[in-house]
Amino acid sequence: MTQATPPRVEPDAGPDLAFASQWRLMWLRFRRHRLAMVAGVVLLVLYFGAVFCEIIAPLGAGQRHRSYVLCPPQEVRLVDAAGDFHFRPFLYGVKQRGNPSDWLREYVVDTSVVYPIHFFTRGPEYEMWGLFATNWHLFGADEGAPLFLFGTDELGRDLFTRILYGSRISLTIGLVGVALTFFIGILLGGVAGYFGGWIDIIVQRGIEIIMAIPQLPLWMALSAALPAHWPPLHVYFGITIILSFMGWTGLARVVRGKFLTMRDEDFVVAARLAGTHELKIIFTHLLPSFLSHVITSATLAVPGMILGETALSFLGIGLQDPVVSWGVLLQKAQNFQAVVMAPWLLLPGLFVVFAVLAFNIVGDGMRDAADPYAN
Amino acid sequence: MRDPVTNERHGAEPLLEVLDLRVRIERDTGLVHPLNGVSFRIQEGQSVGIVGESGCGKTMASNALLRILPRRAEITHGSMQFRTQAGDRIDLAQLDPMSRRMRQIRGGEISMIFQEPMTAFSPVHTVHDQIAEMIRLHDPGADKEEQHRRVVELLDQVGIPDPEQRAFDYSFQLSGGMRQRAMIAMALASGPRLLIADEPTTALDVTVQARVLKLIERMQRELNLALMLITHDLGVVAHMVSYVYVMYLGRVVEEGPVEAIFDNPKHPYTAALLRSIPNLASKSRRLEPIEGNVPSADRLPTGCPFHTRCTEKVGDICQQRMPARVELSVGHAVSCFRYTEESLDDG
Amino acid sequence: MLNYILRRVLLMIPTLAVISVLVFTIIQLPPGDIITSRLLLLQQQGVDVSQEAIEAMRARYNLDDPLYLQYLRWIGGFLQGDLGYSVQFGQSVNHLIWERLGYTLLLTTTATLFAWLVAFPVGVFSALRQYSLLDYVATVLAFLGLATPSFLLALVLMYLGYAWFGIPIGGLFSPEFAAAPWNGSKLIDLLKHLWIPAVVLGTAGMAGLMRVMRANLLDELGKPYVQTALAKGLHPTRLVIKYPMRIAINPFISTVGWLLPHLISGAAITSIVLSLPTTGPLLLESLRNQDMYLAGSFLLMLSTLTVVGTLLSDILLAVVDPRIRYE
Repeated sequence: MTQATPPRVEPDAGPDLAFASQWRLMWLRFRRHRLAMVAGVVLLVLYFGAVFCEIIAPLGAGQRHRSYVLCPPQEVRLVDAAGDFHFRPFLYGVKQRGNPSDWLREYVVDTSVVYPIHFFTRGPEYEMWGLFATNWHLFGADEGAPLFLFGTDELGRDLFTRILYGSRISLTIGLVGVALTFFIGILLGGVAGYFGGWIDIIVQRGIEIIMAIPQLPLWMALSAALPAHWPPLHVYFGITIILSFMGWTGLARVVRGKFLTMRDEDFVVAARLAGTHELKIIFTHLLPSFLSHVITSATLAVPGMILGETALSFLGIGLQDPVVSWGVLLQKAQNFQAVVMAPWLLLPGLFVVFAVLAFNIVGDGMRDAADPYAN
Repeated sequence: MRDPVTNERHGAEPLLEVLDLRVRIERDTGLVHPLNGVSFRIQEGQSVGIVGESGCGKTMASNALLRILPRRAEITHGSMQFRTQAGDRIDLAQLDPMSRRMRQIRGGEISMIFQEPMTAFSPVHTVHDQIAEMIRLHDPGADKEEQHRRVVELLDQVGIPDPEQRAFDYSFQLSGGMRQRAMIAMALASGPRLLIADEPTTALDVTVQARVLKLIERMQRELNLALMLITHDLGVVAHMVSYVYVMYLGRVVEEGPVEAIFDNPKHPYTAALLRSIPNLASKSRRLEPIEGNVPSADRLPTGCPFHTRCTEKVGDICQQRMPARVELSVGHAVSCFRYTEESLDDG
Repeated sequence: MLNYILRRVLLMIPTLAVISVLVFTIIQLPPGDIITSRLLLLQQQGVDVSQEAIEAMRARYNLDDPLYLQYLRWIGGFLQGDLGYSVQFGQSVNHLIWERLGYTLLLTTTATLFAWLVAFPVGVFSALRQYSLLDYVATVLAFLGLATPSFLLALVLMYLGYAWFGIPIGGLFSPEFAAAPWNGSKLIDLLKHLWIPAVVLGTAGMAGLMRVMRANLLDELGKPYVQTALAKGLHPTRLVIKYPMRIAINPFISTVGWLLPHLISGAAITSIVLSLPTTGPLLLESLRNQDMYLAGSFLLMLSTLTVVGTLLSDILLAVVDPRIRYE
């Protein structure tokens, strides 16, 4: 019988989109995902804060204010106690009530003392990115002002400043960790998926074994193994490596699965039959075809890293006090009394939630955008 | 009484008469119009082909018939008169898609064979389970033994060897051809009067295609079924049906007895479709694909839908107005300005 | 089927063997050992320990044997049910571990049940009524649940419990029941305390499962077999239950495999915050003090539980999914 096949053509997507690259299409689809765009902006703001924390923070990260120990967050005001409006924001002073030797101090707003807020002003000196010393700050108040937007800790250090400094560690540890994860995951997953056979079996078993050990106890065991005398930078990388040690398995599985299915796709077979070199096939045909997928997986892996660092530091086996990270800050909120006494010590946790939430939503949006079959 | 093959009135009412059916889908990006006034009819025991390229609304038409349109799609206009077993005429377009009545007709009186036998069966239920369910739904009186007897009988009828055993296989354990046979068995299990076959052989190997088509043809003859064959494959149509509707962008552009369509195509689109069929008999002729793509259903062209690709336009009128349906000979009608009064005035 | 189970069980043995070596290596990683950390402690307290005493202690715990011998001794004992001796607590590990392991299992099981009971219906509803108000609310809550570290949730609940109800939350028992022998009222007391850590622990898992269920079901709802079943005249509600839900639940089952290790991890840190008598706090303590038999046996025990849990969920999956069974 006759085999009649009229040309099967896909409906035209319109002249402008027909030749758009995969990345442009992804971006267009991502932009339609409003929540993901918002989350993306949140991430940008958080990372901006992490990069420029020295300038944005009004005070120094280690600066102690002995007269303001466990001081609650102070409000920046535009309207004074008399109800008058001021263009320049200001703070009221703070008075201590009760016995100052008491651990339980109470602070009350003292409307008789007014501290105006100055913008682009001089404050505590710092070294910008370790390059040059300066003392310019985005905003500040006179010496001795209780400029504690998020309150202070038990040593009288400003929590707002410390959260900003902490974001530099907490937010980069996720990125560095994922970069490492990415590398190991793609390498091992790719090798396993592409070559198959006994290599695949070994990698597969390895993944299974690592996945079988409960993550946090393993992290705990590994961090406990970090020498106590290591300098902070070493500990930082040590923790990152430990977090990646577990993290790569998920990504490797994704990559392996993709390689396995794509290895025998028509376009790969065609390239092979045409005599293309295996490595060239991997880099020009296989990787690009699911790179978006891998990047999405990586984005979704960042939160796990952030949460991991937070958990380890919170337990006191990750980063330690002179270093500032969100997990280290949360250590202060470890016991019940502290939380009841100074609930603002939980604020770093809010930032963890924000960052993780934003990464998850952006990752979700990317996944939707990367799916070429999505509507 | 007129010749039954011409699909004209011949005493009895048609089994199914669809008039000016329009369907609209709401998408985030806007409204899409997959069906823009489709009309066709099928007589009892007759086999009719619905032909067109992908994206012309063929599948949407059959889904509209069964009222299983996607969630955000709705029938905005038109009627679908169906004569039930009991003899009453029902407008399917007016029924609540989830009503008992509609569910009895769906599957019970009109059943369907799908394109992908691989995925059209649930992978975690046995073939037996899924066919028996069809029997149970439309013949609640049948007990377990009766159901089993009929499942095996049906599988035997459609040519599955060792049906007692294979019945308890899962769909992924069967070959493509066997799966499609099982699908046909399932579609016939309820004793329908109209069988819709939506690209029934597209997903199958060439060698298997012919056998499955023969099976459909045989079942249609033996059971005196009306058959609505939806396909892009004109070769299949030529052998299977007596009457053809050619669809383009949600409209019927030409209809007629199969010989008239093949020997004397009137619409430029039909003619172009025929020219794109490989033909072993005439080696000299070159294949001519149709220029351009089917426009997207969310950006319908004005005027005659085919004007964007038509090589035989009569003038500006083609992109300004819709051509009316003109009956050229008994049962052979076309919607094209080449055959209307207006174009004669125009030209 | 039997073949499949047998193969999986056999495969488990080398996996566990490698894990045991890995665990042993990890607990050997920190420089020094339990004696050095004890000595440090004693020296800080001003106690002078003679060299002979140190030697004697090292000899007693075979700390100077080659590592492989130490490993073999440990794993040999482990296989016979002797988990070693905790220097720090001066007790056998068996004695320390079982009760805590029991509470850990109780807690994780309760948390799993909680996660399932909420995630399943909400996930199904979210998928069936995609983009409805409830879907949005569930989505937002799921994202929040995934983003909140369990210890933070525990801290917030603790704070709210205190601020609103004036009750301190924590522990598995009220003080008057802690040492009491088991009876009805102690059980009730346990249940009263159990729900908070169960909710804290279950939340993240629940959020994840909810998303999985929703995604799976949405995926399945778009499959051609749904169209086929619809075209048969099946009622949509019965259809959803019989086909897509039945298939969407498969990955749900396999999540039991990863839920368990996740929960055990979560339990470790939540328990420290809520001061629960589970494995977490003890493990942390033993790791800090390099109490290697305690830490090692704990880790290996938890890993074994995880491996067995994964195996059970895989077997369950094979039971419900013929595609895996006939592979």
